[in-house]
Formats: sequence, C-alpha cells, structure tokens
Amino acid sequence: MDGDTNGYRWIGTRTIRPDGVDKVTGRAAFGADFSLPGMLVGKILRSPHAHARIRGINTKKAEVLAGVKAVVTSADFPEILPAEATKGSSPPNYRHLSQNLMAREKVLYDGHAVAAVAATNAAIATEALSLIEVEYEVLPHVTGVLEAMAEDAPILHDDLFTGGVDPKPGKPSNVAKRVEFAIGDTDAGFESADLIVERHYDTEGIHQGYIEPHAVVASMAADGQANIWCSSQGHFMVRQYCAGLLNMNIGDIKVTPAEIGGGFGGKTTVYLEPVALLLSKKSGLPIKMVMTRDEVFRGTGPTSGSYMTIKVGAKQDGTITAAEADLRFFAGAFPGAPVHLGCMCGFTPYDIENVKAVGYDVVTNRPKAISYRAPGAPIAAFGIESAIDELAKKLNIDPLALREKNAAKQGTRTAYGPTLGVVGFEETLEAAKNHPQMSEPLGANQGRGIASGYWFNVGGESSASVSVNEDGTITVTSGAPDIGGSRASLCIMAAEIFGINIDQVRAVIGDTTATAFNRHTGGSRVTFALGAVVIEAAEDCILQLRECAAKTWDIDIDAVEWENGEARPAGDNAGKFEPLTLPEIAEKTPMTGGPISAKKSSNVQGPGPAFGTHICDVEVDCETGHVKILRYTAIQDAGRAIHPGYVEGQMQGGVVQGIGWALNEEYIYGEDGKLQNPGFLDYRIPVASDLPMIDTVIVEIPNPTHPFGVRGVGEIPIIPPMAAVANAIENAVGLRLTSLPMSPPKVLAALDNGD
Amino acid sequence: MAKNHVTTTINGEPVEFLCETQQTLLDVLRDELQLTGSKEGCASGDCGACSVMVDDRVVCSCLVMGVEAEGKSIETIEGMADGDQLHPLQQKFLENAALQCGICTPGFLVAAKALLEKNPDPTETEVRYWLAGNLCRCTGYDKIIRSVLEVAEEAKGA
Repeated sequence: MDGDTNGYRWIGTRTIRPDGVDKVTGRAAFGADFSLPGMLVGKILRSPHAHARIRGINTKKAEVLAGVKAVVTSADFPEILPAEATKGSSPPNYRHLSQNLMAREKVLYDGHAVAAVAATNAAIATEALSLIEVEYEVLPHVTGVLEAMAEDAPILHDDLFTGGVDPKPGKPSNVAKRVEFAIGDTDAGFESADLIVERHYDTEGIHQGYIEPHAVVASMAADGQANIWCSSQGHFMVRQYCAGLLNMNIGDIKVTPAEIGGGFGGKTTVYLEPVALLLSKKSGLPIKMVMTRDEVFRGTGPTSGSYMTIKVGAKQDGTITAAEADLRFFAGAFPGAPVHLGCMCGFTPYDIENVKAVGYDVVTNRPKAISYRAPGAPIAAFGIESAIDELAKKLNIDPLALREKNAAKQGTRTAYGPTLGVVGFEETLEAAKNHPQMSEPLGANQGRGIASGYWFNVGGESSASVSVNEDGTITVTSGAPDIGGSRASLCIMAAEIFGINIDQVRAVIGDTTATAFNRHTGGSRVTFALGAVVIEAAEDCILQLRECAAKTWDIDIDAVEWENGEARPAGDNAGKFEPLTLPEIAEKTPMTGGPISAKKSSNVQGPGPAFGTHICDVEVDCETGHVKILRYTAIQDAGRAIHPGYVEGQMQGGVVQGIGWALNEEYIYGEDGKLQNPGFLDYRIPVASDLPMIDTVIVEIPNPTHPFGVRGVGEIPIIPPMAAVANAIENAVGLRLTSLPMSPPKVLAALDNGD
Repeated sequence: MAKNHVTTTINGEPVEFLCETQQTLLDVLRDELQLTGSKEGCASGDCGACSVMVDDRVVCSCLVMGVEAEGKSIETIEGMADGDQLHPLQQKFLENAALQCGICTPGFLVAAKALLEKNPDPTETEVRYWLAGNLCRCTGYDKIIRSVLEVAEEAKGA
C-alpha cells in the first residue's frame, strides 16, 4: 500500500514520530522518571489473604519509626455511600473504586491494599510496612467463575444482588448482573438447522503485562490544591477519579502526563494516585510511589477469565440458522467484567437471523478486572470462532468459505441493535483467501487455522488546540496520552490539512490545564476521534489564515483559497497577487488581527466498526505438547492507515499478545487463594525467540464518518488469535482444545486422551 | 551504615558516587546519577528494560549491585548516540516504527548493539535468541528484529 497514497501527501506515509528521538536516547520521561526535591517514598501494604474480615489495623509502631512521615488506611479516605457511587457522566462506581483502592471491612483478594506509608527512603518505608499490625479473620474464598456462581459459594459482598433479572433476588449473590442480547427466535433457528455444534470453553485470567509498572509523584498543598505527575491512559481520568474519591474539586487538581510505558486498557483506572495525594496531604511533602512487578500482578487489573457455552446451527449448504452464547466472566473482587462487550461482539462477523447471547458478570476473590484490549471480545471470539471452525469441518466446507457465506456486510443487523454501515469484513476474507500463506505446504503435525474478529471502535470526548506559531510552524496540543504513535498520526493529519511539510508540525500532549476534557486513550479511539477534532481545528485556522490574506490583499475572503500551504487569490482575483505562504501570513498577524489558533472540543461520534481475519500455522510437538507458531498473517480493515508502520505495529503487537493468551499466559491460584506466579519468570509473556515474523495486510475501506476514513486499529488484532491457534492445532493433530492457555501440559494431556 | 564510595566509568566519563550497600546498579543509575534511560520493569532480571554494558558484557543492571561498578566501565543508553549523531540502531528503530510505547526500547538498543559488536552478521534466529531476555509487550518484536537485521546488512555494505 506504500506508494499508493490516494493523492495524499502525508496520509499513508511512514514519517518519523515526533517523540521518537527522546525514546531511543533514554531522554523520554516515563512515570517513574520524574522526581521532586524533598519527596518521600510511598509504599503499600497488601493483603496476604484471598478473603478476610479486617478486625483491626494498628499503625502506631510504623508511625513512630524514624523517617516515617505519614501512614494512611481506609479510615483516611472518605467513605462513599451506595447512593453516591456514581457521579458525573460515564463514571466508574466510586464506592467500589474506593474499596478497591484501600480495603475497608474486608480484604477481597491476595494483594488488596490495606494501608500505605510515606518515609524518607524506600528501606524505611518497607520496614514501616512490616510494623503495621493487621488482625484478619480469614474467610472462605472463591476464585473460579462457576464455583462463585454456585448456590453455596462464599459471598463477597452482602449488598450485591443480581441485576438484570426479574424479580429482584431476595438474597445477595456473586452474580452482579445478567445481560442478554437477542434477535429472532433461536429455538426456531436450531429447529431448521441440519447440523448443530455445541461445546463448553474456558479461559483463565491474564494480565495486560505492560512493561512499565504504575508510578506517580503527587504533591498536595495545605489549601487542598494538588499536582500529580503520572503515567496513565488518561490524565483527565486520573483527575476526575481522584476528585471523586477524595471529595475534591476537579479544578484543584492538575495532572501532568508522563510518557506511558504500555497500558493496553490496564491503565484506565487509578491505584496509586489518590493514595499518594493523601500521603502528601498528611506529610506536607511530595510523594513518589512506584509499584513492584509483584504488586502489578497481584494488585492491578488483569482481564476476566471465563466459562462459555457456544451453540451454532447451520443448513447443509453452510447457512447459519441460529447461534447462542452463554458467557460467564469473572470480574475479580468488584463487578465490571466486560461480558456485555463479549456478547455484543462475538457473533457480529456473521449475518445470522436468530442470535441469543447471555452474559453473567461474576465477582471472585481476585484483583478487580480492568480493560484489556477489546475487552471481552477476544474471550467470546475464542469460543465462537472455534465453533465456526468446528461447524465448517463437520459440514465439510472450507472455513474461509463458510465465513464468506455468512459474512456480515452493510445492512446486516447486529444482535445488539445497530445495523452495520460500510464495513470491510468480506474484503478481509478475500485478502485471506488470496494470501500466499494459504498455499504454503504443511508437514506432519502442522496445521492451519483461521479466525475472525469484530470490534465496534470508540469515539468520545476529545479536545485539542492548533496554534499557528509566529514563524508559521504548527503546534497541535491535545489531551489524550500517546500510547503508541498517536502524536505521529495527529501530525500527519494536521500537515495534510495545512498542506505543509511534516517537520513544520509538532504534536504535544498537554496537561489537564492545557485543553478541555479528553476521554482516556482506549477502545482504539485516539487517531479517529482526536484526529477528527484536530482536523476541525486546523480547518478553522486555515479559515483565519485566509481572512488574513484577504485583509492583506483587501479582497473578499471567498476570493481566497488555500492550497499547498499557501493562500492564493481565486476567481476574478486569480493571479492578481503573489500567493502568501503560511510563514508569510503568520509574520503579518500583528497587523491582521492577532495570533491564529483554534480550540475544539467535541464528543466525537461514528467510529467505524472494523473486522480482522487471521491465518495461523502451527506445529505441535507430540512428545512435549509444545505448540510452535510457524507463520502468522493478520488482515484488518483500518479504514485508512494514517501511518502504516504504526498500524502494522498495532496488528503485530495485538497478535503476539493473543498468542501469549493462547499458549502461555494464565493467573495461577493455589488452594489458599494466593497468586502463585506474580512475576515475568512464571507469568510468561511471549519473547522474541517464541515467534516468527508477523505478516500484515491492511485493508482500507474508509470510514465514511471520518474526514480521512480512519477506523480504530488497536483492538481488533487481539480478538482472533486464540481461536486461530486452537483451530490450527485442531487442523494439525485433530484435537479440539477448548481451554486456555493451550500450554504444553494441556496439549499433552489432550494428545494422551485422544480428546 | 556509612555509604559506600564507588569510583567507576560511565559512558566514557570518570564518575564517583556514594551508595547504600543494598542499592542495585540500576538504583544508582536512576536515583543517584539521574540516568533514567535504563528502566525498571521487574527488578528480577526477567524483562531486560534495565540492560546496560558492564565491561563489554550486557547485563540486567537490576541484578548488579551498585558497589560492583567499582573500577568497571559502564555503558548506558545515554551514551549510545555520538552527540547529535544517533547510532544506526537508534535511527533504524525510528524509521521502522520499531517502538510503540518506548519503555523497553533503551534495553533493546543496548542489547542489540552488544549483539552486533559480538556477531556483526547474525541470522534472524540468532537475533531472536539474543534478544529473548528483553520483553516488549507492544510490537510483537517483528519490527525490532527487522531493524537489527537491516542495520547488520547495511553495515556489511558500508
């Protein structure tokens, strides 16, 4: 696709990212790289129990240790009552967030925070933690989703009653809610099917695994005004959540974003920031807190694990007549598993008349789940795309052909309501069919698997300003963290609109006082939504630039056009004046009305939904159960790839996270409810030697609601891999694996059992 | 307890520092010398984000004590570029979009430079195994591996 830039000068080119040099020279400041003079070190004491009542916390010995300046427990945080749990728009549940931040009556998982200290150095802070005495009454715990749903399960929250069922239950339950999305009549649909496949699938909890642990520096003055420097997926989110948790005014908090060392959804909430603020308030000094890797695994959001039942029926010719999914996701200690998203996305690649997806959001004694890339969709797709593969095999139809026959297209009604607009699913299938990998020969114990995935993508509140500097260079200031190249894509779009060189445009991420509110970076929204706002602001600037030129020439603004970075007289005036370049106009602004800039804020709608199709070749070692990825191709509709290099990067990175999810990664809990693998040695994310190159094919079916046709790209690539790998294993050795991860012991057991 | 006085060389410059006995070389680089380009991802030698050279050997600086720097020569990411001239690996990583968030990048660059000094013409498999101690969660490694191979290839032609 390089070389074919659709008449654009910058869109679709591989420019050097503006923040790049700092990141290859070690100058870029990430969360833990910031310091203030005189700052203290803050550390958190965490529960050693999966479930226990806190009988008492004695902090006296810690408080009198030399060098300790502050100790806080939940008693220092405002209690948020059920009636106040939600405030503002699109909020979290502040009551649960507060309880997760610092345990109140009970600890609900191994790693749950119970107290925090601030001291003059790390050694003293660590010693102080050991002096805090917590009296626990250990309670029975439950970490599995089916066990948590059982009639006699230990109950985590006495005030949690299953929502979404009628009548309202009379006793508390670990099932926080039931959701259902349905169209048509699945009973009738299965009745008319010639063949039905039905199976159970399960997946373990896994962690986002960003390499940068959570880190913050916070400083709160005596008058309650506060500064926070931290790495997150949304500094406006950090500000909003801290204010909500500590009953502060939003305007009293300024958050400055650090570079973020990976998030993948895991940094869309707060863990340290409100604690650091309270420690700072109490001690009168700035506080720095950095999590250890053990704390990241035990105390921060993994994603849900699940137990699923998938049933799909089809006619002999391959027409799918009905599909049902029963998805049970565990949410960890507080409600919020992304099960509704799994229900919404799972069957959307297919145009099926009768669909029913039921989901259960279930609390368990594990860390509270938080978003992980396309939350919910990859889990559902593991089951559903495995079922589609099984259906194809039983119908003796090629898996790509079966998908083509049932593919969702413009006009397809989804089970969750909307009818699809312009989408590119069929084009991804076509590209898969034509890809050279499809004709690569396979040897003994080798197999090929196909899987597809859907994500609706996200827009949302976005604010940015564009300034024309005195020399005609352009500064784009926006407020959503750059998690993987968004500054580069914003620069490209602005340079395209202005018609100037890319090196004349710089994009910076401003703090919470630099722009109006921005929703956090997530859901594949930034290049789409913030891009749309930046384009709007750039166009406003061009209008002003044309006005300046019109004043200079003393002609009507309508007689001035903007082309290739300069104002030109048009119509009757064409050729009467020398064009004015952007720098020439910028120079004249003191005489033509003053500085030129535009600020735009919008709740951007119309993110283009997108699809991907993956091809995976594996080899199964029948002696060890080890599965090797031989070849992998990811195909995806990106709408329009603004910077193809970073689009490919999103695809390759998402695929490899999915391969880790498929083959290695899992939270392992002991009988005692304690996490047994809270480190990168035992929680093994893929390393370079595990993998081949990841081939990518970018399909471009422009999103009609974006000026350049952008669709989000970050979420889709993690959706198909688990099923693609499972389907390839089935193709290699004839065994349908239904439990993630498909680690060597499980594969070996399946080989030994013959199923 | 009194701090330890250490005399060492960092990025070619003589350096003296005081450190606690329990401080790692990574702690010293980051907290005492403000060389924050080396990152702490795990503190257990599993992620490679803190990779530095100690006397021509690439190590995880989180597994080396600060006092062990005595008399040694340390090279960190801050010493990789020659003034405003980026090292070919740094330049190639930028051109190839071989970084997304960038937190693992310093460690990869230090480790990759060590590889090419030891083995100027590595195979893809050799690059993958050499860099297997450096974790990247963003890129899937593809563009990193390609960048290292391309730099090796271009050096041959130079």
